[in-house]
Amino acid sequence: MILLWYILIPAVAAPLAWLVSRSRPDLARWVALAGTALPLALVTWQWVSQAGALKAAFVAHGPGAAGLVQGTWLADVHATWIAPLGISFFLAEDGLTLIMLVLTFAMGLLAVLASWRGITARVGFFHFMILWTTAALAGVFLSLDLFLFYFFFEMMLIPMYFVIALWGHERRVYAAIKFFIFTQASGLLMLIAILALYFIHGRATGVYTFDFTQLLGTQMPSGTAFLLMLGFFAAFAVKLPAFPLHTWLPDAHTEAPTAGSVILAGVLIKIGAYGMIRFMVPLFPQAVYDFRTIGMILAVIGIIYGAIMAYAQTDLKRLVAYTSVSHMGFVLLGIFAWNTLALQGVVVQIVCHALSTGALFILVGTLQDRIHTRDMAKMGGLWAVAPRMGGTAMFFALASLGLPGLGNFVAEFLILVGTWQVSRWAAVLGAVGLVVATVYALWMMQRAFQGQETHALRFDDLVPRETAMYAALIAALVVIGFYPQPLIATARQTVTAAQQMTAGSPLSPEAASAAQTMIVDGATADDGQ
Amino acid sequence: MTSGDLITLLPLIALTVTPVVVMLAAAFYRSHALALALTLVGLAATIVSLFVAATRTGRQVTPLLSFDTYALFYIGLLTVATAAVAILSWSYLQRRHVHPEEYYMLLLTATLGGAVLVASTHFASFFLGLEILSVSLYALIVYPIYRDQFVEAAVKYLVLAGATSAFLVFGMALVYAETGTMTASGLAPILSAGLGGQDVVVALGIVLILVGVGFKLAVVPFHMWTPDVYQGAPAPVGAYVATVSKGAVLALLLRYFWPVSLDTGSSLFLVFAAVAIASMVAGNLLALRQDNVKRILAYSSIANLGYLLVAFLAAGEQAAVAVTFFLVAYFATTLVAFGVVAALSTPERDAESMDDYRGLARTRRWTAVAFTVALFSLAGMPLTVGFMGKFYVVTAGAGAALWALIIVLVLTSTIGLYYYTRIVVAMWVRQPDENADAVGAAVGGGSAAVLAALTAFLIVFGVYPAPLIQLIERAVATLP
Repeated sequence: MILLWYILIPAVAAPLAWLVSRSRPDLARWVALAGTALPLALVTWQWVSQAGALKAAFVAHGPGAAGLVQGTWLADVHATWIAPLGISFFLAEDGLTLIMLVLTFAMGLLAVLASWRGITARVGFFHFMILWTTAALAGVFLSLDLFLFYFFFEMMLIPMYFVIALWGHERRVYAAIKFFIFTQASGLLMLIAILALYFIHGRATGVYTFDFTQLLGTQMPSGTAFLLMLGFFAAFAVKLPAFPLHTWLPDAHTEAPTAGSVILAGVLIKIGAYGMIRFMVPLFPQAVYDFRTIGMILAVIGIIYGAIMAYAQTDLKRLVAYTSVSHMGFVLLGIFAWNTLALQGVVVQIVCHALSTGALFILVGTLQDRIHTRDMAKMGGLWAVAPRMGGTAMFFALASLGLPGLGNFVAEFLILVGTWQVSRWAAVLGAVGLVVATVYALWMMQRAFQGQETHALRFDDLVPRETAMYAALIAALVVIGFYPQPLIATARQTVTAAQQMTAGSPLSPEAASAAQTMIVDGATADDGQ
Repeated sequence: MTSGDLITLLPLIALTVTPVVVMLAAAFYRSHALALALTLVGLAATIVSLFVAATRTGRQVTPLLSFDTYALFYIGLLTVATAAVAILSWSYLQRRHVHPEEYYMLLLTATLGGAVLVASTHFASFFLGLEILSVSLYALIVYPIYRDQFVEAAVKYLVLAGATSAFLVFGMALVYAETGTMTASGLAPILSAGLGGQDVVVALGIVLILVGVGFKLAVVPFHMWTPDVYQGAPAPVGAYVATVSKGAVLALLLRYFWPVSLDTGSSLFLVFAAVAIASMVAGNLLALRQDNVKRILAYSSIANLGYLLVAFLAAGEQAAVAVTFFLVAYFATTLVAFGVVAALSTPERDAESMDDYRGLARTRRWTAVAFTVALFSLAGMPLTVGFMGKFYVVTAGAGAALWALIIVLVLTSTIGLYYYTRIVVAMWVRQPDENADAVGAAVGGGSAAVLAALTAFLIVFGVYPAPLIQLIERAVATLP
C-alpha cells in the first residue's frame, strides 16, 4: 500500500495547493513543500529500512535470479481496473524504482524551493501543476502494467505543458507546443507497439493482458519484434532525448521556468532511460541487439553533437540544455552496451546528471532573476560580484565535465568501460565527448564568471535558502563520487534481473556478464553485511 | 401489432407525444419555462419507458423497427444528449427575446427521428427517421431568425440535405428494384460482396445510399457544409447537429453493417478506408488555420468521425463496443465544448472568435476549466474519457491489423493537438482583451449544472471506464 501513497500524496496535495492559494497564496508553497517532502521522507525511510531486503533479494536470487518474479519486489499493488480489456492497476517497486522515486521527489522538492521567490503569478495553479507532474512521474516509475505506464506517461504532459506555457520565458508558447507534440506523437507510436504486443500475446495464449510480467518473452517473428521495438524506442528516444529527436529539448529547457527545467532535466528525460532498461530491452532483446550498432552511433553522435552545440551557445540556459543532450548520449550508449558495468554506470549517470544539471538550471535561474539576462555576452567577471555563486557554478561545471571524485565521473567511466567491451570505437568516440565537455564547461565559466567585469552588474550573492540547496546537491555528488556502492547495490538487483530477462539473446553473453558482475561486486560483496 | 408491441414502442410513443404536448401548451399559454419543463418531463418519461421496454427486448416491431438493447441504449444516449442541449438552449434563447417555445418541439421531433434511425432495420424506417430528423433541423438552424447568418446556414443545409436525401432514396430504389429487399438482413449478403463483381445497378444503389449517409456524418468528401452550418447555426443547435444527428446515423450504419464481414481488399472496404483517411487528414489540417472556435470544432468533428470509421472498419464485437464507447465520449465532449460556446454567447453574436476566449481562465475560471477538460478530451489526453475512447478505437484497429489506418490516426491526431492547445493557450496564457467588444455572458444556472455534470462525466469515466464499457458490451451483444 505504501506505493499508493507515493502517487496519492502529491495528487491530493495538488488540488489542496490550488484551493488554499485563493485565500493565502504563500500557503500553497508550504502545501507543495509538504506534498513533495513527505513522500521523499517516506521513500528514503523505505530505502534505509529495506536495504537489507534488497541485499537479501539479491543474495537469495543471486546473479541467477529469474527476473521480475513476485518475490523480488519490495512492494506491489495489484487491482483490476478495466477488466474487459485486461488492464490492471499494477504497481511494483524494486531497487531501480526506489532510486527513481527518490529522484522524482527530490527534484520536485527542489522545484518548489527554487520557485519560492521566482514564481509570483498564479502561485496556487503553479504548485498544482508541479505536484500533478510529481504524482504522474511517480506513477510512471511504479507501473508494471503497460497501459497504466502509458496512462501516466501521457498524464504528465499536460501539467508540464502548462508549466512551460504559463510561467516560461519569451518563446514559451512555441516551446510548450513543440514539447507537447513531440512527446505525444512518439508516445502514440509506443501505444501502437504496446497494442500490437497485446494482440500478439493474446492470440498466442488466449490471455489478453497489458501486464508486463506476462507479456515478457512473447514469441513473434523477428521483423515484427524489430518494428515494435522501434515504437518503444521512438517514445523513449524522444524523452531521453537521443539525436536526432532532441530538438524539442533545447527549446523546452530554455523556455521553461527554473522549476520546469529542473523537473524536465532531473526526472522527465530519465523516463527514456528507465523505459529502455525496464521495458524495451527485456521485451525485445534480439531486436535491440540487431539495432545496437545504429543505437550506439546515435548515442555517440548525441554525445559529441550535444557537447559541440553547448560550446556554441551564447544563452547560458541553452548551453546547459545542450549538455543534457550530450550526457544522455552516454546513457544511451550504456543501455545499448547492456552489460553490468555499463548499466551500473547508467544508473549512476541518471542520478548524477539530475543533481548536477538540476543545480546548473537553478543557478542560471537565480542569476537570471538577479541580472535579467541569460546572455553570456552581457556577463563576465561575475565571480568578483558573487563569489559564493561563482564557486558553486565552478563546482557544478566541473561535475558536468566529469571531474574524478564526483559522481558524474564514476558514471561516465563505468559506461565507457562497459562500452569498451562491446565496441571499442564507440568507447573511444564517447571519450572524445568528455574532452569537448571540458571545453564547454570551462568556456562557460570563463565567459560568465571569469574575465573582465565589463557590465558593472551589482547583485546579491546566494541567500541561505539557495546555499542550503546547493550544499545538499554538492554533498550528494561528492558522496556518490567517492562511494557509489550504495547506489549501485540498490540498483544491482534490477540490473541483474533485466539482464537475466535478455539472457537468451546475443545481447547478454552470459559468461562475460557473470565475469563483470564478479569484478564490480567483488569489491563490494562485503559491503553492509 | 399486439399490445405487447405497444409496450415495446413506448420510448417512441413518449417521444411522439411530448412534442405534441409542448406545441399545444404553447398554443394556449406561451411560457418558455413551461416549454422547457414539459420537454424535460417528456425526455425523462422516455428514459423511464426505456426500462419498461427493456423487459421485453429483442422484439422486432413490424419489419421496420427492432427494439433490442442496442436500440434502447442509443435511444437513451440521444435522449440524454437532447436533454443537455435543451437545458443549454434555455439561457441562450432566454437572452434573445424570441418566442422560444416551438424550438423545443423541433428538438423533440428531431430526436424522434434519431430514435427511429437507431432502431431501423428497413429502408422505410431509415428514410422516415432521416427525414424527420433533417426537416426538424432545417427549422432549428434558422430558429432565432433575426440574424442573417442563421438563414444562410439553414438554406445551405436545406439544399444540400435535400439533394442527398434524393440520392439516398434513389439508391434505395435501385437496390430494391434489382434485389427485391429493403431489410437490413436482406442487405447484408449484398454488402458482404463489396462493390465488385456485382450488378452495376446494385453497386450504384449502394454508393448512392452511402453518399446520403456520408453527408449526414459529414465525412470527407461530403463535409463541405459542416463548418458553415456549425458557424452559422445557433451554438446549441450546433451541438445537436454534431452529436445527436451524427450519432443516430452512425448507429444505423453500425447496425446495417453488423452482419457484414468486409474483405479488406474489397472496393467497399477501400472506399470506407479512403473516406476515413481523408476525413482524418482533411479535418485536422483544415482546422489548423481557423480562428473561429465553432469552425475548429466543426473540423475537429470531421476528424473524429474519421477516427470512428477506423473502429467501424475493424468490425466485430470489440469494434462495435469501441465505436459506441468513442461515440459516447464524443457526445459528452462535444456537448461541453458547444455548451461553453453557447453559455458565453450574447444576443449580439456567438462567442466564436478566438479572441472571445482570451484570458477566460481569469474571468471565468470554472468555465475555462470545463472547456479545457473538453479540449483535452478531444485531443485524447489521459484522465479524460476522450483518451479512453481513442485508446479503444486504436485497440480495435490494432485487433483487426489495420496498421495503415492506425498510423494515419496517430499522426493526424498529433496535428490535432496544435489547434486544441491554441484555444487552451488563449484561455490560460493570453490576457483578456480590455477594449474589444468581448462577449462573455454570465453562465446561467442550468447551463452551469449541465456543464459541471458533463465535465464530471468526462473525468470519472476517463479514470474508471469499466462500468460504461460493460454497459456498452451488454447493449452491443444483442445485435443480431
